Amino acid sequence: MKRNILLASLIIVAMPALADDGRMIRPVTNALTQSECSACHMAYPAGFLPARSWKKIMTTLEDHFGEDASLDEASRAEIEAYLVANAADAGGRRSGVLRRLDAADTPMRISELPWFRREHSGEVSPRRLKKAGSWANCNVCHRGAEKGYFEDD
Amino acid sequence: MKKALILPVLLAMAPPALAGDTSPGALIEAYSAQSGSAPVPENGKALFLGKHVGGKPDTPSCATCHTNDPRKGGQARTGKPIDPMAPSVNPKRFTDTRFVEKWFRRNCNSVLGRECSAQEKADIIAWLSSL
Ligand code: HEC
Ligand code: HEC
Ligand code: HEC
Repeated sequence: MKRNILLASLIIVAMPALADDGRMIRPVTNALTQSECSACHMAYPAGFLPARSWKKIMTTLEDHFGEDASLDEASRAEIEAYLVANAADAGGRRSGVLRRLDAADTPMRISELPWFRREHSGEVSPRRLKKAGSWANCNVCHRGAEKGYFEDD
Repeated sequence: MKKALILPVLLAMAPPALAGDTSPGALIEAYSAQSGSAPVPENGKALFLGKHVGGKPDTPSCATCHTNDPRKGGQARTGKPIDPMAPSVNPKRFTDTRFVEKWFRRNCNSVLGRECSAQEKADIIAWLSSL
């Protein structure tokens, strides 16, 4: 037990800080979000989308990218609050991942942000993308994704 | 302070352990009692393997993700592996009431466009338990 706590503390200490260039991003730190939002894909870090996107995602879970991902209301509300509080624009912050994003747009995908497109254009062969299945599978190409590491690999 | 310690411990544990508050047999009994008739495994099989049109277009069948042989692992549409559904090869199945209810609700909605009835749930678990 003591060892668990020590280990966990080390993991927390090792977490990369949120960098404005979108390079390192804090992984999900809310246990409920981690378990509920990793059932079908990796749990995406809150800092990759603005608050308005998380609100829209968390209020349309009955039709979530072609599937029903609905939750009981208590869980839904806790996860929404966590994602919003840690969003790319939380507390007036302007993370680099929001660069060139029109304030009138509410993207539902990280992979459709202008920042994302620029960062990935010309970097991935069609064959590699096909093998990964989808841009949504960050962790197939970025093996450290679940720990918040997305740089070179 | 206490909360700060608990959170990292939770994160450090691998996938959440299932609570283990029930069993396939207990669920079959409870769902059958609700519907008022005995489970029919053959109907569960037909529902699970059949193609349906009432739901979302990308998920015509339970087998889309859980495969035609529930003793084998399947995969989500994202490619993420799903452990086998048959309790004989995956004893963790049907041991957590809330988990079972949550996924029946979601997946029946995705595939059938409606929730499954108590009878259908009993039929499905009875078939999966017979494998
Ligand atoms: C029942 C399965 C399921 C669950 C549970 C689920 N998702 Fe998804 N999610 C999907 C699917 C399917 C996609 C589309 C994947 C693709 O395009 O390849 C997706 C895509 C996403 C995307 C867009 C990824 C991108 O940039 O392309 C976000 C953001 C997202 N989900 C957030 C969440 C959050 C937050 C939760 C927890 C409340 C959650 N998901 C739970 C199935 C699920
Ligand atoms: C098909 C493979 C693939 C997928 C899927 C993918 N990426 Fe990438 N990503 C790359 C490559 C290749 C690069 C450019 C090389 C590098 O810097 O790692 C890159 C670059 C990045 C960078 C910039 C890293 C840096 O150091 O400049 C970030 C951040 C990033 N990706 C995040 C994501 C996120 C978030 C997702 C999922 C929503 C995702 N990626 C999905 C292949 C992929
Ligand atoms: C889009 C993919 C998908 C489809 C289609 C699908 N499921 Fe699932 N199912 C999942 C995922 C993902 C899980 C959760 C991960 C896990 O339990 O391994 C799950 C879990 C379940 C569980 C929880 C069982 C337990 O106790 O562990 C039940 C019950 C279930 N599904 C029934 C069904 C039924 C019935 C259908 C058809 C009406 C169906 N599923 C169709 C993806 C799917």
